[in-house]
Amino acid sequence: MSRFRNPYRKWKSRVLLSLLGLGALAAVFPLVMILLHLVREGWSALNLAFFTETQKPVGELGGGMAHSILGTLGLVGLASGIGIPLGLASGVYLSEYGGTGQRSGERLAGWVRFALELFSSTPSILIGVFVYGLVVVPMKHFSLLAGALALALILIPLVARTSEELLRLVPGSLREAGLALGIPRWKVILHIVLGSARPAVLASLVLAVARIAGETAPLVFTSFGSPSFVKGITEPTSALPLQIYTYAISPFEEWHRMAWAGALLLVALVLILNAVMRVLSHGLGGGAHE
Amino acid sequence: MKGDRIFLGALRALSGLSLALLLVFVGLLAHQAWPALRHSGLSFLSSSDWDPGSDGFGALALIYGTVVSSVLALVIAVPVSVAAALCLTEVFSKRVAWLVSFLIEMLAAIPSVVFGLWGIFVLAPFFRSGLQPFLSEKLSFLPLFSGPPLGVGMLTAGVVLAIMITPTLTALSREVFASIPRIQREAALALGATAWETISLSVLKSARSGLATAVILAWGRALGETMAVTMVIGNRPQIQASLFAPAQTLASVLANEYAEASGDLHLSALSAVGLALLLVSLLVHGLSRVLIKRGSAA
Repeated sequence: MSRFRNPYRKWKSRVLLSLLGLGALAAVFPLVMILLHLVREGWSALNLAFFTETQKPVGELGGGMAHSILGTLGLVGLASGIGIPLGLASGVYLSEYGGTGQRSGERLAGWVRFALELFSSTPSILIGVFVYGLVVVPMKHFSLLAGALALALILIPLVARTSEELLRLVPGSLREAGLALGIPRWKVILHIVLGSARPAVLASLVLAVARIAGETAPLVFTSFGSPSFVKGITEPTSALPLQIYTYAISPFEEWHRMAWAGALLLVALVLILNAVMRVLSHGLGGGAHE
Repeated sequence: MKGDRIFLGALRALSGLSLALLLVFVGLLAHQAWPALRHSGLSFLSSSDWDPGSDGFGALALIYGTVVSSVLALVIAVPVSVAAALCLTEVFSKRVAWLVSFLIEMLAAIPSVVFGLWGIFVLAPFFRSGLQPFLSEKLSFLPLFSGPPLGVGMLTAGVVLAIMITPTLTALSREVFASIPRIQREAALALGATAWETISLSVLKSARSGLATAVILAWGRALGETMAVTMVIGNRPQIQASLFAPAQTLASVLANEYAEASGDLHLSALSAVGLALLLVSLLVHGLSRVLIKRGSAA
């Protein structure tokens, strides 16, 4: 006896399941297309000059994005230096003093959590508007410092949220064991709690930094961009995503080629970091993310 | 213990900084926006005349562009993402599901500006010479598909946005489906339901409120998305029935004009646009919070 007496139901199920499969295909298809175009258009412009030279004036062939690579390194480095300690401090504070489901924590923790959530749901272009008013206007010009502060403001809620989640996964018994030995709470938190979550926290930090490395919107009116190497922390600077934007919306063929090459480099960097961390975090006991 | 007190004090100070910055942020934005709001009054919201050259600052067309482009993105992305998420939890084997979700996560990691670049040089030319002439020929009776095929415009922005929010939406819907107890599916199967009937009876029905929350969260992301939209929407503040026409959003006008504002009033008006964008994304975010609360209470 066939399982389904009514063949219509069987066929309906098959057709609809195939439609679902098509949906999954449609979700992955853009990634394939984007990567394909990136390699096809960008590969040819990725030569030595790309990594050693700066932007050439309009009309001249050649040139490179060395100044943008350096700018991105500077911006992301400084932003990490500011954002990671602040984000980690908030993550530790929220997980260790912010209360759990049953026990309520400090009142300040609730407000901090609220502020971080609002910052993370704020469109990143508005972070740029904020830093423009806070830093660029008083200093009277665009600067690497302003761009790094904008990126740091995006980094802080990101780091705080993931590190809070990861630290909460550390069993309470570990903390209690430490406290029972007479170790002060701050040492328990710094050495035992943070120590046991360290691999997963490090992985999440790498992902967060990769995220801000690709941000453009908060840089448009903070670090602003520049056609040559950055001269100092208080000077405007180029950055890879920013330069890709400038090149892409220009009407010049040669600059379009540069935009594709820059995008290929940026995507390769971000995707490799992401892929390595995802695969690694499967093996890390802490089990960072799904 | 002295060490503990110092440690906690330091944590409070470092974390409290975010709270202080938030207050400064909102205060500064409101302060900067005030002159323009006083200048334009209610017409800031009711007028669609955005003309910085002659001090016309009406944000209606920008609000329209923001809402329509993001809703269009949802219309495209919701069916695709829900189907993909269903495949991941209900249809695919574990290994295939891992691979597909890995690829979708990679899509999420691609920076906005790269989507914009791809939109300008691949999607827009295809729309100009392929999709848009086709649509206007077949569906010319709809005002949605009228006008010259420019390539850049509302439709292209909507499609790029849809691609960008698909990973978020898929991940969120997948969590919703995965949280439905296994026994519910087994009950349907035991009654002789086909694979599809199981999905529609015991998965989709119970996932409704969770999916609504996922959609709202993805909408919030689409509203504030800046670079990719700026690069493909055409940047013209106007309200047009046709999806082929260029438009402008709250976020994209900021990216275009803020660094080169033509005067104090223009800068103030742009800050007011920023304030409007902040309010819209906070409203949407608040809505998702309400839905989550209600979902967990039920």
